[in-house]
Parts: sequence; structure tokens; C-alpha cells
Amino acid sequence: MPGPFRIDFDSMNRIQEKLQEDKKILSIYFTAGYPRLEDTVPIMEALQQHGVDMIEIGLPFSDPLADGPTIQQSSTRALRNGMHTELLFQQLQSIRERIHIPLVIMGYFNPVLQYGVEAFCKKCQEIGIDGLILPDLPLREYQLEYEPIFKKYGLLNMFLITPQTGEERIRQIDQASEGFIYMVSTASTTGAMEGFGDPQRDYFERIASMGLKNPQIVGFGISNAQTFEAATRQAKGAIIGSAFIKHLTESGIEDIGGFIKRIR
Amino acid sequence: MSYHVDEHGYYGEFGGAFIPEMLYPNTEEIRMNYRQILEDPSFQKEFRQLLKDYVGRPTPLYHAARLSEKYNTKIYLKREDLCHTGAHKVNNTIGQILLAKRLGKKRIIAETGAGQHGVATATVCALMGMPCVVYMGEVDIARQAPNVARMKMLGAEVRPAMSGSRTLKDATNEAIRDWINNPVDTHYIIGSVVGPHPYPDMVARFQSVISEEIKTQLEEKEGKRLPDYVVACVGGGSNAAGAYYHFLDREEVGIIAVEAAGKGIDSGESAATSALGKVGIIHGSKTLLMQTADGQITEPYSISAGLDYPGVGPLHAHLFRSGRGEFISITDEAAMQAGLEVSKLEGIIPAIETSHAFAIFKQRAFRPEDIVVVNLSGRGDKDLQTYIEFFNL
Ligand SMILES: Cc1ncc(COP(=O)(O)O)c(C=O)c1O
Repeated sequence: MPGPFRIDFDSMNRIQEKLQEDKKILSIYFTAGYPRLEDTVPIMEALQQHGVDMIEIGLPFSDPLADGPTIQQSSTRALRNGMHTELLFQQLQSIRERIHIPLVIMGYFNPVLQYGVEAFCKKCQEIGIDGLILPDLPLREYQLEYEPIFKKYGLLNMFLITPQTGEERIRQIDQASEGFIYMVSTASTTGAMEGFGDPQRDYFERIASMGLKNPQIVGFGISNAQTFEAATRQAKGAIIGSAFIKHLTESGIEDIGGFIKRIR
Repeated sequence: MSYHVDEHGYYGEFGGAFIPEMLYPNTEEIRMNYRQILEDPSFQKEFRQLLKDYVGRPTPLYHAARLSEKYNTKIYLKREDLCHTGAHKVNNTIGQILLAKRLGKKRIIAETGAGQHGVATATVCALMGMPCVVYMGEVDIARQAPNVARMKMLGAEVRPAMSGSRTLKDATNEAIRDWINNPVDTHYIIGSVVGPHPYPDMVARFQSVISEEIKTQLEEKEGKRLPDYVVACVGGGSNAAGAYYHFLDREEVGIIAVEAAGKGIDSGESAATSALGKVGIIHGSKTLLMQTADGQITEPYSISAGLDYPGVGPLHAHLFRSGRGEFISITDEAAMQAGLEVSKLEGIIPAIETSHAFAIFKQRAFRPEDIVVVNLSGRGDKDLQTYIEFFNL
């Protein structure tokens, strides 16, 4: 029963398609199950409705090493609300009837490992997830064991680079990537920043001038129109996480449109 | 079978470096350099000299006659409790601070559970004049107050970890986050054989001085270099790794790892990772860890802060899975009684971590002719308050 939204997995992935559009990408991260357990789908609908280009669905984890206080707290809350992997998949079961923008699951590797890497990837394909960002599954471990499974289910795996990542490694990561490169803006855990300084601007320029085959999307520290604009001057797009979580904490899910309008 | 780390950083199926990219340059710098630095004669000279003159090595191998008589076997105690600062932890911190200096690092961070590793780190930072930040769970700060005071006297800043169970696991998370935020000038001195490759191997090498000495000391006392058993408590597993190291490939030496059962394996309040853990990722390493069916790391419990950790180092996961090691878990109650018994029989008050190792003699028989070496990983001064409350002293 191939309907109009069903994609042929040999064809281009939704992320790849989106990246080919002639526009800057705004991607929003949120933690599934936060602020309330049942907010997952309504948040996604509101994001799409207000013109967000891509969504990163955060699978909460008890020990989020790369995250600052805001996402730590949303993860703890989401777990307390009762979020878990199977429940997230249930909530997303028919998401492709309503959401057509690219969807990425972002989380830590342990919950994926417990679900079973293959079972997890298979489920993602069934639902229509386009890619994964698993910060603690770095290149070497991915290639040693897991790459064929991701490929089998048509999932892109996005790797991170940071201002400290050496040129040779950036090229390695570029070679191994097929979607975008997640460019961490500063050497830090996640968290919103008010502005970027010279070191960030230099870093953005340095990466832009490398001629990488994958577009780059900047994450960590994007919080407002100014940081979004600065980050996307060279890069293809930017990801907002902590600032959006803060907005949800303060205003709930009612005024998501207001938040997006303040970005662009 | 090999019990040493392979070229990819694995012990069998365990180990690796499951770290966010932000930590890649830091760990890669260590990975690329540690073997060469450790093997460098000038490093070895400085390391050995400090172990001798500052730490007080070699620590004695003491024949515990009364304990031996009671349990009808031959028990030797490797006296790591006599190390400067009161536990084996300092062997590793001396090694790592010398490495940090050679890598040009200017600032040291560490996590601590019982406070022993924190004190050992603060000590070597004072020795080398380096700034030191120690992360410690809020719960542990309360139950190991003397060690908090010691760290402060030594000039370290103790930062409370307020997330999760507010114990060792969370202190480790905070230290890792600090390292992510300070990637260039900071060295993270991990306190056990845990964390991403190459930490488990590096820490084991620094601690391996324990088994190196046991071999020579046993030769002097017994005319043979191999004991029948080596016994050690396992939190992350560093004192155990050091005590086993030179015996790992000698299958005739029995290896006994003692974990904390807390209030009992099935009580829901336990830290017995081999019994309760499944394969997963914790602090950058694939190993056995206590977790929910959903892969959330669970909060362990032990009366002993140093064993209150939901994982074990990948070497120990491999020793368990391969059957090379015999794993025994000991309850709070049994450990406390054993600590009291050793105090009365031998005049040595052990750290509560080590008391777990002593408790196996009530659970498991040895032959009269067996030579059993117990690694006495630390002394009990830091635990007096817990002993006082437990026994109404
Ligand atoms: C005296 C003592 N023994 C054992 C341990 C447990 O650590 P590990 O398993 O790394 O030796 C600690 C930890 O703080 C300790 O202080």
C-alpha cells in the first residue's frame, strides 16, 4: 500500500533531500516526554507547522555526559514521567501520516544497545526516522561493529566535530558521513549562549573553507536570532536544543510559534 | 586467551572508547603517548623514586598468623593501607600526574567516591603545585567527611555532584563534563580501571606495582613466586587489577574478586555488578553495568562509598565472562563483621571496601596449604564514623 509519503529506501533519504534545498536549515531538538509524557507528537506538529526544517527527537538517558544542566534536567524529568524507548516508538508509530520533515533520533548509545541495535534500527525504518545522532558512538566503534546495520535500515549516522577536532579527523568523518556533519560550536556541554566570539567565527570560517562533501549544521549554544544568523552565515543550518527546552519549561507547549518567530 | 588489552582497546568484548567527539582529542592524546611515556626510563626513574620515598613502597607482605589460624589456611596481607594517604589509590595518581606534566597539562580534575582517590589526587597536586578540582557526590561528602577536610587542607577544591544518586557515578559524570568544557589544559585523573580506552590499561599498569612486589616478596617468604589465590575487593577494580596483573596469564593462580552486595543481591540495594549487570556503556566503556531493561543506569547501593559504583572496569567484566575470575558478593553486614574481626585479630582496621574482601573467609573454604594473598587496599580511618554508628562504639 505505497501511499504518497512512502519513500523508496533506495532513493534519497529525507535528510539528504532537505539539505539540497536552497535554504538555511533550522533544526530543533527536544527531549521526548518533556514537559509531559504525551507532549511528543504535539510538539512535533507545532514545530512543523511553524516552518522548522528538521526535528531531533531526544531519547532521554539517565547519564547524559555531553549535556549541560538544561538537557540533564529535561531528561531526568522525562524519565520520571515514564518515557522509555518502546513508548517513544509507540508514540511515533503513525507519525509519518502527519509529519513530513526529516526526523532524527538523538540519544546516548546504551538505551539503543539494550533495545538491540538491529531491532532499534529496524523500528526506526518502520516509523520513518531518517537518521541517528549518538554522541557516544564515535567513528571507530561505529565502523568496528555497527555501520552495516545502520545502512541496512537506511539510517544516516551523523557524527560530531568540535573546534578541537583535527583536520585529518574531520576529513575522515566527512568520508564516513552521508548526511550532515554536526558541528559543535564550542568545546562545551550543551547549553544556550548569548553570542559567539572571534574563536567561533574563526572556527566556522575554517570549516567552511575545507570544501567538505557533507554540509555542516551547527549545534550547541544557538539560542536566538543573533546566534542562529552567525552560525548559518557559513554553515548550512543550525540546531537549537537547550534554548527550546527552556522555552518549554517556561511557557509549555502553547507558544512554540512565538519561539520559532524569534529565531527567524 | 589474553587478559590484556588489545590494539582496539578491548578486553574480549569489553572496553573501547564510547565517548563524545568532544573528548576525542584528549583521550587520543593520551592513547598516542601513554605507552611511550610509561616506558621512558626517565619517567620510570621518577615514578619509582616517588613510590619509594614519598609513598613508602614497597608495602609489606605480611603473614596474618591469627587470621590464618582461624580460617585454617595461609593468609598474607598486601599492606596497601600503609601507602601514604592510606590506600592504593596514590600509586595511580603519582603515575598520572607525572604523565600529565609530560603532556604539558596545567590543571587536574578527578572524581571520588570514598574520598581516597580525591585525597590521593589532591596530594600529588600539592606535591607538583598544580590546581586541583575534585568532584564528589553530595551523599559521599556527608559520609566521608574526614577525607573532604583532607582534600581542602591539601589545597583542592571539592565540588559537590548533585545529580542522580549523588555518589561516585554522578561525580564521574561531572568530572567528564568538566573535561569536555576544558579540553586543552586539563588532565582528568580517573581513579580506577574504568573509563574509555586507554584509561583502564593505563591505571592497571600503574597499579601493577602491587603484584610485582607480591611476586618478589612471596619468593623471599615462601620460596615461590605464585600464590594459590589473590583476593581483592572490586569497586571500579583498580586495586584488584594491580593485585592480579602479573598473575593474569598464570592460570594456576586463582583470582577472586569481591563485590559489594549491599543489603543483599535481590534487595534492590546492591552494587554487585557481576551478578546484577548486563553489557552496556558507562563512562565511555563497554562493560557490565547495572541498568534497567530500558538501558538507564541504575543507582547502586553499598555501605562502602568506594564500592558504590554501578559498573566494573572492562578487564573485570572480561575476567567474569571468561571464567578466569571467581566473583563473590558480600553484604554490608558481613563486611562490617569481617572488618571488626580483622581489627581484633590482627590489629589492623581496614577500609570498609577491603572488609568486603576479608568476609569471603566465612563464605568459602581454602585448603590448609593454600597461600591466599588478600590485597589490603586501604585503612579504615576514613570509615570510623560508619563503624561507630554500625557497632554503637
Ligand atoms: C580502600 C579502597 N579500596 C578499594 C576501593 C575501590 O576502588 P577500586 O576497585 O578501584 O580499587 C576504594 C575506592 O575508593 C578504596 O578507597
